[in-house]
Amino acid sequence: MKKYLRPGNFLIAAVLAWAGWLLFDWAVLQAVFRPDAAACHALQGNGACWGVVTEKFRVILFGRYPLDQQWRPLVALLLMFGLLGASAMPRCHGKRLFTAWGVGLLLVLLLLKGGLFGLDNVDTPRWGGLPLTLLLTLFGLGGAFPLAVLLALGRNGRLPVLRSLCTTFIEIIRGVPLVAVLFMAAFMFPLFMPKGWEFPALLRVLVGIILFAAAYMAEVIRGGLLAISRGQHEAAQALGLSYWQVQLTVVLPQTLRNVLPSLMNSAIALFKDTSLVIIVGLFELTGALGLAVDGDPKWRAFALDGYLFIAFIYWLGCFAMSRYSRALERLI
Amino acid sequence: MRKLLPSLLLSIATLCVALPAHAGKTVDAIRARGQLACGVSTGVAGFSAADSKGEWRGMDVDVCRALAAAVLKDPTKVRWSPLTSQQRFTALQSGEIDILSRNTTWTLGRDAGQGLVYAGYVFIDGQGFLVHKRSGVTSAKQLNGAEICVQTGTTTERNLAEYARANKIQFKTLMFENLRAVLKAFFSGRCQAFTADASALASIRANDSGKPEDYVVLPDRISKEPLGPVVRRGDEDWFSIVRWTVFALLEAEERGITQANVDLIRDSTSDPAVMRLLGVSEDVGKPLALDKEWVYRMIKAVGNYGEIFERNVGPNSLLQLPRGINALPRDGGVMYSPPLR
Repeated sequence: MKKYLRPGNFLIAAVLAWAGWLLFDWAVLQAVFRPDAAACHALQGNGACWGVVTEKFRVILFGRYPLDQQWRPLVALLLMFGLLGASAMPRCHGKRLFTAWGVGLLLVLLLLKGGLFGLDNVDTPRWGGLPLTLLLTLFGLGGAFPLAVLLALGRNGRLPVLRSLCTTFIEIIRGVPLVAVLFMAAFMFPLFMPKGWEFPALLRVLVGIILFAAAYMAEVIRGGLLAISRGQHEAAQALGLSYWQVQLTVVLPQTLRNVLPSLMNSAIALFKDTSLVIIVGLFELTGALGLAVDGDPKWRAFALDGYLFIAFIYWLGCFAMSRYSRALERLI
Repeated sequence: MRKLLPSLLLSIATLCVALPAHAGKTVDAIRARGQLACGVSTGVAGFSAADSKGEWRGMDVDVCRALAAAVLKDPTKVRWSPLTSQQRFTALQSGEIDILSRNTTWTLGRDAGQGLVYAGYVFIDGQGFLVHKRSGVTSAKQLNGAEICVQTGTTTERNLAEYARANKIQFKTLMFENLRAVLKAFFSGRCQAFTADASALASIRANDSGKPEDYVVLPDRISKEPLGPVVRRGDEDWFSIVRWTVFALLEAEERGITQANVDLIRDSTSDPAVMRLLGVSEDVGKPLALDKEWVYRMIKAVGNYGEIFERNVGPNSLLQLPRGINALPRDGGVMYSPPLR
């Protein structure tokens, strides 16, 4: 008898199939998809009320962005998906991908902000929803990664002043929760600024996110640095390579390959942590859902269905990131 | 040059006399920006909440629209800032918003101690209790020993404790972080009563209970919650505009001027008070450094106070609140307006 044909396995399969059927029944067969609150109430919990998403999808996906301009965040979103998709295909890898990212992200900012080429100016406090979540994640990672490499090298290096500076920075940032960092960036930072110096809240929290993510990623990378044996440094130095040549050609390529799964871990955490920016009044995906349902007595009873919907979006994002990391590991 | 200077000073002096009353720095900033920066909530039904298209709706929202109509001659020129209760005062103090119109209770400490000042009240609320009808409870005092559901993070908890102490009764409080959790607990019978502001309770009874007739909001009010717009201290001109905007909305209701009939009344009235209010005869905008027609534009944009109430929280809205204490004095309420003249 083959291993998988044991009766226990049939039992498990039957239970799983039954649970799957119940879920399918609840989420699809019994569910209400049209924006009809009365029909949702009539379900009495026997089916999902996706009507809340149909009714509120504009606010959920794009937050406070002006209604008649929402094609702009949509195009920006597609652009970011396109870039992410291209990055997942090995044949697109190369210097041109970097250029594409640079140009693409600039276009995204231009589209969202406007003020040029006849596009209406839309201030950053009105950006929101899924495009904002992605934007914070991408810029957060893009800023945090180089900083993390420098911090890790600094902490691992021989210069005592630099080393203690890097260590202090990492330990302070890691010692406080992200909410505290964002709170400082949002409310304390403007108080220390001279009058007339104003930075938009989006920029302030982005800097906060970058510093926070960099501190964590720096420790991940330092772990990788420690795994490279002393002998490799010495051999490279004996060949006459400078400090930066040693790091860039010998140490970092090996390090980054080894720490890739942990780095992706940080990236996934960052993707989900962006939901905390609600405390500074930026309505990314989670905040936008609250904005959409909390103040509406007609729909607030179905907020949970709305949360399930965005949970699915988060899951898709995280799952894609995890698959991408696996593919990258095989590639290098 | 020696001759030029005095004549220059003189001409400046005459100019100053000739100019109308100055509008003040907040109004200057609003006009320069072309938008009123209005702080609202992140979603409180009936007061300020974004609808399915992201449009802001509610009583507090209409106050800002009326102000924009008065100052900028366009009710749509408002920049909305949704604020949490932690952010709201900082945003006003820092100058990020011109007015905080966000179901904020007027208290001594907030009015005098924080560089802020309340320009009046637009809705009077009070903390109450929602109970299951089958419990037979008709007064809060009968809840001695009962388990009460409370949402944390507001003054609700403190009011409840003070009420219990003052009346020598005891409650077992069950704390919950968010509204959904409290509602689940209350409707599943984990507590005998749920305490919150009466306006919120009424809307919960109407919309979240499933069967409104099975629940009662007790008549007791254990706290005073006058909600009104707040501005920064130190700009009396702007303060006066906000305060008299609210009064003008009340006055319009008192005189029976509505969004629908305002044009007709303006063209046909012979009542001196109405003619004054709508800028047909005297200019009541002048002391505020506004133009003659500021009240007319407000009524045209959002209607009078009674209409604002009906549309957003009244018996036919989702909140289904009776007018109660928020009626005009002639109907037994306290919404009184000094004369606009």
